[in-house]
Amino acid sequence: MKNHILRPLYVVIAGVALLLIVRHFMVPADFGVEEGGNFTYNYHRLSSTDDWKNFKVKYRGRNYCQECHEENLESILDSPHESIECENCHGPTIDHPDNPEALAIDTSRALCLRCHTYLPYPTSQRAALPGIDPQSHNPGENCVDCHNPHNPDLENM
Amino acid sequence: MSCSRRDFLKNTFKTTLASALPLSAFRMLSPAEVKAYTGDSSIRWVFLVDTKKCVGCGLCVKACKLENEVPYDPPVTRTWVERYVLMKNGQAHIDSAFGGRDGFTESKIGENEIPTDQIAKGFFVPKLCNQCMKPACVQVCPVGATYQTLDGVVLVDRKWCIGCGYCIMACPYGMRFFHPVYKVAEKCTFCYHRITKGLKTACVQACPFGARRIGNLKDPNDPVTKVIMDERVAVLKDEYGTKPQVYYIGLDTNVR
Repeated sequence: MKNHILRPLYVVIAGVALLLIVRHFMVPADFGVEEGGNFTYNYHRLSSTDDWKNFKVKYRGRNYCQECHEENLESILDSPHESIECENCHGPTIDHPDNPEALAIDTSRALCLRCHTYLPYPTSQRAALPGIDPQSHNPGENCVDCHNPHNPDLENM
Repeated sequence: MSCSRRDFLKNTFKTTLASALPLSAFRMLSPAEVKAYTGDSSIRWVFLVDTKKCVGCGLCVKACKLENEVPYDPPVTRTWVERYVLMKNGQAHIDSAFGGRDGFTESKIGENEIPTDQIAKGFFVPKLCNQCMKPACVQVCPVGATYQTLDGVVLVDRKWCIGCGYCIMACPYGMRFFHPVYKVAEKCTFCYHRITKGLKTACVQACPFGARRIGNLKDPNDPVTKVIMDERVAVLKDEYGTKPQVYYIGLDTNVR
């Protein structure tokens, strides 16, 4: 074959070889090994699933709180607030008691108003909750000054 | 011993055939082994939202943001709650301030005062990734950074994503967004780190009213599966053909 054909051919072959070599080192070994995918769909790095599985759990749930604070849990279980998880007000546990050593309790009025602002929606459970008008019901005051969140019944106030 | 040409060919063919069949071909496989071989998982995560139970407290949005390290103040969120107030004259007021992160504490919607006696319906609709059976976002990813796991959850590989944003455009539900810190596509993972450890998702755990539930569609005894199979449920934007797997109780035509 003539040189003017061979020379560009060598360049192309070298280019393809370079591409394959770079690809060999760049693409992780676990890329595209899982069933259910092909080159055009769902082709992915398998260990990415483990990355997500190893993500840190921050909301540990009331069973974790119960291990040390059983009496507090019991008190809320006897109240109309029984379905509210501890961490909704006390904040995410993360690694408490090591980190953080103490949880910052949200005692703000805004937290209570999430449920207890009266909204007149006939097809929602919202209207069935005990609700107030925040403009007229002791505006500016913190709810927890009068109401105990673990026992919010007015009769036991 | 004489051996005709015909016999020789016949015997050769038989021997080849017999030796080609390994003993393992006669072994009985258990359904579990077949499942493992075909890559079929015994789990298919699905979600059930009861809009009749939701009161719009937004504790789910707050819990999701803190659990999944989604920046708290920027206008991005993996899940949100929408408020629908439908008036007797047919007008619809819809809002979702901060994605409902701080709850709905005012009857005013935007600039509009809502006259109580004119309200026909008012309700809240939590939204999250539909973890579609046929996810459009996975289809469009040019680098293989977003994918569906065998148990049906669509995830983003943060190390592999180039942040091109095709998937954000492709999602018919607008569930995806650009993560301001990692600079990659971000989406609801059904709290994959929690459900694979036997925990509920952060939003399900935070909901005091049982409006959000997660279950396994492949387990016929799962209470969520029973509701989906036996009761009247609907999905969002069925016409897109992505086969969404978040089922809703009490959906309205105004919800899209």
